[in-house]
Amino acid sequence: MDALLLHRIHFAFTITFHYLFPQLTMGLALLIVVLKSIALKTGNERYNQASRFWAKIFAVNFLIGVVTGIPMEFQFGTNWSQFSRLTGGVIGQPLAMEGVFSFFLESAFLGLFLYGEKRLSPLAHWGSALMVWIGSWISGFFIIVTNAWMQHPVAYRILPNGTYEITSFWQFFMNPWAWLEYAHNMSGAVITGSLVMCAVGALYLLENKSLEHAKIFLRVGVIAGCISCIAQIFPTGDLQGRFMAKHQPAAVAGMEGLFKSQQGAPVVIVGQPNEEKQTIDNPIAANGVLSFLVYGTFGAEVQGLDKIPREDWPEPLPLLYYAYHIMAGLGTYFALLMVVSAVLLWRGKLFSTRWALWPLMLSFPLPYIANTAGWMTAEIGRQPWLVYGLMRTSQGYSKYVSAGNGLFTLLGFMGMYTVLSILFIVLVYRIIYMGPELPVGSQAPKNSALATA
Amino acid sequence: MGFIWFWLVAIMIVAYVLLDGFDLGVGILHPFLAKTEEERKISLRSIGPVWDGNEVWLLAGGGTLYFAFPLLYASAFSGFYLALMIVLWLLIIRGVSVELRSHIGMAVWRTFFDGMFCFSSSLLAIFFGAALANVIRGVPLGPDGYFFLPLWTNWLPGAQPGILDWYTVLGGVIAFVSLAVHGALYLAVKTEGALQSRARKFAQRAWIALVALTVISLPASIFVRKDTLDNYRAFPLAFAVPVLVLTGLAGMLVFSRKGNDRKAFGSSCVYLAVMLVGATVGLYPRLLPSSSDPALDITIAKALSGSYTLHVGLIWWTFGMLLAATYFVVVYRMFKGKVKMDEQGYGH
Repeated sequence: MDALLLHRIHFAFTITFHYLFPQLTMGLALLIVVLKSIALKTGNERYNQASRFWAKIFAVNFLIGVVTGIPMEFQFGTNWSQFSRLTGGVIGQPLAMEGVFSFFLESAFLGLFLYGEKRLSPLAHWGSALMVWIGSWISGFFIIVTNAWMQHPVAYRILPNGTYEITSFWQFFMNPWAWLEYAHNMSGAVITGSLVMCAVGALYLLENKSLEHAKIFLRVGVIAGCISCIAQIFPTGDLQGRFMAKHQPAAVAGMEGLFKSQQGAPVVIVGQPNEEKQTIDNPIAANGVLSFLVYGTFGAEVQGLDKIPREDWPEPLPLLYYAYHIMAGLGTYFALLMVVSAVLLWRGKLFSTRWALWPLMLSFPLPYIANTAGWMTAEIGRQPWLVYGLMRTSQGYSKYVSAGNGLFTLLGFMGMYTVLSILFIVLVYRIIYMGPELPVGSQAPKNSALATA
Repeated sequence: MGFIWFWLVAIMIVAYVLLDGFDLGVGILHPFLAKTEEERKISLRSIGPVWDGNEVWLLAGGGTLYFAFPLLYASAFSGFYLALMIVLWLLIIRGVSVELRSHIGMAVWRTFFDGMFCFSSSLLAIFFGAALANVIRGVPLGPDGYFFLPLWTNWLPGAQPGILDWYTVLGGVIAFVSLAVHGALYLAVKTEGALQSRARKFAQRAWIALVALTVISLPASIFVRKDTLDNYRAFPLAFAVPVLVLTGLAGMLVFSRKGNDRKAFGSSCVYLAVMLVGATVGLYPRLLPSSSDPALDITIAKALSGSYTLHVGLIWWTFGMLLAATYFVVVYRMFKGKVKMDEQGYGH
């Protein structure tokens, strides 16, 4: 097996699994602040119970996010040592800042938030939830800044020894790519949080249990979901697409499967890219729409892959194409689902409309798929570059870590993460099964009769 | 700049060892000192609200190392590939064990995670000690600044060693014993009754082994690296290190016998910090020495980032560390005193 491919799969697997958890962490952290704010303002104890219920799921989710996140920071050095050596002066900075500014904050206030409700005043406890939210969103920002520099390097120079250094701290953090990517990504995280909250609410309503809490979950979930699903498409997705078309034309051509440059370029809704013949098989397409999305007029010429040297094509191209289409397709579905649900909520009919509750309950896995596909679009779109235009992926990996050693640890991670998945599902299922109606202080699951020791 | 960042990274590593050290130690002793379910809960709750924050020092330290000395980060992390990956797996097992152990009220579930908590904490202590010993001994660096070490070769610290040889295993054993004692002294501070007296008794007994290992470590280091004492001869002030190490050791026993657990734990902190500083002094200005040719050593000058990066870094680092220190003071004050069973703790 080729060592380069193995190191790519190693990172892809561990990051994909890892990001299943932070997206819910970041989304839920915001929604928990919303629940606690309403509780603080109205004194409605149910909102406190609701936030305690979600805090339990949050805690398990956060834990898996933390333990799968530590390998990410280390993998820059272990599997991508040449990349780290050359760019550590640039991206080491936000990664170190994430530890110093975000992880300390999160760990301290998460302890207070989860353990301290009895010791803190209601306002102070609300404050601890706020700090956990801020910490998790700062953390996301530092990661996005790191990724944005790899996508669109700014404010750097090359030192005599071949390594990179930033020239302006300010410009580095003001990278326009970072802010567009951050907005799109965080809105995506809120979608995950909202749809998960909606799903639990819909489940309880369909099961006819914990009805009052279920309505709270749906109300908060649908409103937050509606806002974030629309923001995901416009303006964040739209702006990012345009910016990408300007700076990474190869990525956009690959995403759209546009092999030939053309005026009035179409958006392919369904179809299979055929790399050998350089066409889309069985296309269902909307003519001119891609030109419109990128340049604002239906007749504008969009650059296709034919204008790009073959060795600079993103690869694997079909995966890029499918990842983008899955993301965009699901994003459209979320917006429809949420707008319909929001209208039903507004008309006061949502809680009794079973045909809307079923899809709300069943859709929770889809934002995970959409967020993953979105990141695959970004990361495969950047190929064959590790740092766009500066360093190829084939130049960055650890030459002295053989494919055999890489496969050993990849298999290890796969086994480990299988176990983590099972634990996570069992524990979250249990929390949802037990329901939100626990009084203060009994957050810890009660000992059952089986507990002897 | 290089001198400053060298010591800042060293301080972060010392902070990590002192803080996460005690919760690793509690993990090592957990199934042995805490016998009843109630004692095990207390043992876990003594570290419950803080272990995660303690571990952040490892991440923040690693990140700081990455941006201040990218060459060292790249070379060491890829060279110690297998050992690091095992450390990552152990960190995963450990985090999951601490947090999920009390989620399900089955004796089998709890006993399993108690065992995993002990297993992962023990091996982590050994690996961290062995890692430090690897850095002291040196690695077979190539002219491009890279190397790759198998887990073991012939267990001898020659020019082509493995990650584990007799010297690095000795380092691992010292770390294991010292962190177990550190954890026992912490437990004595945080608990009462039978658990506390068991913790004290363990610390006092293991202390003898710790003294013996500490004394052996010095000639062993000189045997493995002839130049260990060069910096000490150049800066005689550094000979305060062995004096302070012995003072720390003496304090651990004396205060623990008197029942002054806080001071005994403080002495253990002094011991660990000075042992690490002592190793660091011997290393300076090298970051990772070569096991064959001193010209190939990774030194501060070779690995240092650009000066703009480091100047800006100093500003935010100082600010961030002040914030972090504030959080630690708040959290530790919030959860100070003996662990009580009637208090609610999420998941513990």
